[in-house]
Amino acid sequence: MKCRELAEFLSDYVNGELPPESCTHFEFHLSKCTNCHEYLVQYEVTIKAGKIACDEMSDEMPAIPDDLVKAVLAARVKA
Amino acid sequence: MASATPVDDEATLIAQLRAGDDAAFEQVVRTYGGRLLAVARRIVNSEEDARDAVQDAFLNAFRSLDRFEGNAKLSTWLHRIVVNAALMKLRTRKRKPEQSIEGLLPSFLDDGHHEERFQSWDEPVDKLMERAENRALVRKQIDALPEGYRTVLVLRDIEGLDTEESAKVLGLSVNATKIRLHRARQALRTLLAPHFRSAAS
Repeated sequence: MKCRELAEFLSDYVNGELPPESCTHFEFHLSKCTNCHEYLVQYEVTIKAGKIACDEMSDEMPAIPDDLVKAVLAARVKA
Repeated sequence: MASATPVDDEATLIAQLRAGDDAAFEQVVRTYGGRLLAVARRIVNSEEDARDAVQDAFLNAFRSLDRFEGNAKLSTWLHRIVVNAALMKLRTRKRKPEQSIEGLLPSFLDDGHHEERFQSWDEPVDKLMERAENRALVRKQIDALPEGYRTVLVLRDIEGLDTEESAKVLGLSVNATKIRLHRARQALRTLLAPHFRSAAS
């Protein structure tokens, strides 16, 4: 397996959907190629970072525009 | 007016909403509206749809206050409602022409090796994400992804829909959805790399 193929299968590997035989090839390449190993680590960090960044409730978000507040409240009265 | 004053006493607020208190409705819209708009913007493809989704979400929520269970958090409940409202918008919209993602994908030499040597990142993910500035950066880079890819990443990795559900909402095949998700993750990695690379390497 080449780095190119490994990158191709990354998603299936991370999702645990890679067939056992491909998984063996994948992990063999990974054990010898530090560059692909680093890429895998960063790929996984990226997935987790996205989830954490969007889940964080304590973060300040931009305020809702005033006209949208008014529209929502007006629509409620009408509804 | 302050945009997002934290709600100390949710139970009281819910009681006021159920009693039809106008000030309480305004407080809810101002407190949670900004966050809900950010969630909707990540899913739909236009500002107009995001605003509509937020409005629909609040109206749905206000109509079904009786179904709100006291043990859930108001923010979590509203989040779920706005995601559904945004998905509804997404289903009814035609897809826009594709923006290319090629430039954000890894490139390879003729012999199949990566062209780039990946420098390791500073810290483990939990450490990186402890800092608000990094969380804001990640959100910004997600928003910067080409549209058709950002949506798949948001539905699958952030909102936790499964591949089949996401494919259905987006009008894509399961396989196309998987490929898109993979490319979106790769592209996001590329966008984050310059910021997370350790200074030492």
